[in-house]
Amino acid sequence: MTEFFQSLGMSYEWAWGVATIAGILLIALPLMLAVAMIIYVDRKVWAAINLRRGPNVVGPFGLLQSFADGLKVFLQETIIPSAANKGIFLLAPIVTFTVALAAWAVIPFDAGMVLADINVGLLYILAVSSLSVYGIIMAGWASNSKYPFFSAMRASAQMISYEVSIGFILVCVVLFAGTFNLNDIVRAQEGFGLGIVNAYVVHPLIFPIWVMFFISCLAETQRVPFDLTEAESELVAGYQTEYSSMSFALFWLGEYANILLMCILNALLFFGGWLPPLDIDLIPWFDIPGIVWLLLKAFFFFFMFSWVMATVPRYRYDQLMRLGWKVFLPLSLVFVLVISGYLMATGHFGAAA
Amino acid sequence: MIQTIAFYMFAIIMIASAVMVITARNPVHSVLWLILAFFNAAGLMVLVGAEFIAMLLVIVYVGAVAVLFLFVVMMLDIDVAAMRAGFIRNFPLGIVVALILLAELVLGIGAYNVGAINLGTPPAGDASVVAESNTAAIGALLYTKYVFLFEIAGIILLVAMIGAIVLTHRPSKSKRGQQDIGKQVRRNPDEATVMKQPEVGKGVEL
Repeated sequence: MTEFFQSLGMSYEWAWGVATIAGILLIALPLMLAVAMIIYVDRKVWAAINLRRGPNVVGPFGLLQSFADGLKVFLQETIIPSAANKGIFLLAPIVTFTVALAAWAVIPFDAGMVLADINVGLLYILAVSSLSVYGIIMAGWASNSKYPFFSAMRASAQMISYEVSIGFILVCVVLFAGTFNLNDIVRAQEGFGLGIVNAYVVHPLIFPIWVMFFISCLAETQRVPFDLTEAESELVAGYQTEYSSMSFALFWLGEYANILLMCILNALLFFGGWLPPLDIDLIPWFDIPGIVWLLLKAFFFFFMFSWVMATVPRYRYDQLMRLGWKVFLPLSLVFVLVISGYLMATGHFGAAA
Repeated sequence: MIQTIAFYMFAIIMIASAVMVITARNPVHSVLWLILAFFNAAGLMVLVGAEFIAMLLVIVYVGAVAVLFLFVVMMLDIDVAAMRAGFIRNFPLGIVVALILLAELVLGIGAYNVGAINLGTPPAGDASVVAESNTAAIGALLYTKYVFLFEIAGIILLVAMIGAIVLTHRPSKSKRGQQDIGKQVRRNPDEATVMKQPEVGKGVEL
């Protein structure tokens, strides 16, 4: 895009600046729209599984429900508790929201269609997702209220625990792909399964780690079986108890942007990203743009997230910690060992075998 | 141009937040400024082309270590007034530490300007440093030339970890709250429940 702006007669610096800002807007604005629609989808799927109707009043089929909610929240008063630590209290939702958007910089939506095509893309996503815990801790502490503080402590312990196993699971994927660049990881999946299937997940050693990754994603984004941070029966509403109006909405937007990011990561790392599912020329699906495939796959994972939300009861906190440290961590370590052994044995690294 | 702007932005924010770490009155604010300083240091590392180190800095220091700092500082009820009461008493010690640091800084800059010692530069014609990205370059060097040092570092960390676990582990005294998940999953209706049909007016023998 920089070349295009340079051809309009700008100097390189200006063209780069304008192109980057345009790229950011091109990702962030549709993302906000997607978040609004995905909240609607979430509520509809949840309602359907519970044999309810869900939102159906605002707009056709209730499609505009999220926008109505947004408008309502926007018109409300922002209340800052008098005992709160004002600066950090206001900073916390901003940090949550910004960090949730920052990770999208390295997501490839199609071959080469990425804002920042960096070598360490996957590490960048890990780094940014480890930052997202700060918004929650800051919110919990600055509220100066006991329920938000409990919730913040739960959230940070939970996110740090599950990041460890997510890290090892990503190491397995990187071992197969041989690169941290997300574009190259997707390309490495082309024709991976018997030369036909464009997905890592068909491999018998990768399928179990994908299952672990999916469950860890639920824990990392504090979705339902692991949503102890907002356990309404114990903690009122968790770390966002004292928040109102737009500061509350920013937490929501950030949370759902994170969930969408995890869905996209599932698609990119295990299900072939922007590649069509099968690498066969017979069906004319190579004409469908890659972004459609990626979004379809991500939507499927979001459906799974909602499905889990409507079916599974909440974990107890000690069970959550047990699952993270005593089940997932040893299992993912074993898989790192087994997969590197397998790759060495099958001569995946060429001359190194 | 872009690099220059980015460098001055990262550098200025880093130094300013480092100053705020020691001047902030609230200890929690100090830790948050420290995190900002770490983050901008990572930005500087990206600028010099060490993106792998930068990401590790964010993942390890900002994502894990600083969270624990923040935890401890939030939980402790630090009385700032009581800490300031000892200011005069600790003043000489502080001056000594500051003088030592100043001497080391002067020596360090002097040694750098002379440029005599070349520690850490690889010998010329080292074949192991052939890689396009610096993740691969670090890996190639770490697992070939420095593999023993690397593994010794790993073992030291392992010992430290075991030591920390031994020091903090307390066996729980009560029998309650000990859940055996395997046992719970293995239970089946045949051995866990009994069907009884008691007659009217009679109890059940269990």
